[in-house]
Amino acid sequence: MSNLDEIDLNIMRATQAGLPLTAKPYHAIAEQLGLSVDQVIERMRRMQELGVIRRIGAVPNHYKLGYRFNGMTVWNVPDEKIDALGQRIGRLDFVSHCYHRPRHLPLWPYNLFAMVHGRSQEEVDQQIGQIAAILGQDNLGSDVLYSTKILKKTGFRSK
Amino acid sequence: MDNIDRRIINALQTGFPISERPYQEAAQALGLSEQELLDRLENLLKDQTLSRFGPLYDAEAMGGALTLAAMQVAEDRFEKVTGIVNAFPEVAHNYARSHALNMWFVLATETPEQLQQALAGIERETGLTVYNMPKITEYFVGLKLEA
Repeated sequence: MSNLDEIDLNIMRATQAGLPLTAKPYHAIAEQLGLSVDQVIERMRRMQELGVIRRIGAVPNHYKLGYRFNGMTVWNVPDEKIDALGQRIGRLDFVSHCYHRPRHLPLWPYNLFAMVHGRSQEEVDQQIGQIAAILGQDNLGSDVLYSTKILKKTGFRSK
Repeated sequence: MDNIDRRIINALQTGFPISERPYQEAAQALGLSEQELLDRLENLLKDQTLSRFGPLYDAEAMGGALTLAAMQVAEDRFEKVTGIVNAFPEVAHNYARSHALNMWFVLATETPEQLQQALAGIERETGLTVYNMPKITEYFVGLKLEA
């Protein structure tokens, strides 16, 4: 891994499942890895600056919070406008992920992906309507894919 | 889950300090004691309201690779193909979805080469085309779910 050394990777391995729930969690990690607490804090701050750590915080279980209706909305928009449109869609507070991805014609004409989350089907339908309204005439076609089953969910794990 | 739990979840989705006593700092901002925050986080994890509490690492920023891929799988082979795909340790998530492309999975690896090998391996072992859809541009990733 280009940006990181073995100490960074050890910190990642020690924390990717969670931060210790003790008053001094970074001390606990330091002790476990045989580092000083200043080293752990300094390296984690650096990893955050590099974007290696996206954020530190609570990852809620969507279902437990009542967000049982999650749809992957996909849109075919003109390539020359996708960046401006994607940024606007990404700012909507019900969108958790928004990406430009490649088309695979003819089977897959969609290039803009936005994951939406609602507490009811009506709420999701209304959210999809809001996205369609923003895209306007640049909406050349769309679909919504609902997950019907979780087949695997382990998350990223470094060996 | 009561109102204090809701406030904790809403406040701590966006950030947590890297410091000597981070729970104390976060608790102060919420008007709680350090111990109460720790106890409540422990309970929220135990009852699975939170799936995790801690750093979220970005595989790509670490020099690794990540992609979303989809396949069109016949219903009578779905279970068998699921087994083949899930057996690849590079597959982090896999979802059945309502579409002709009915299987969607995320692969994460430490190097781009490993990603290409895993995609080729899945095609070889399933005999199916894998539609690779790596991100070209990311406009937003985050959780903004109101508890």
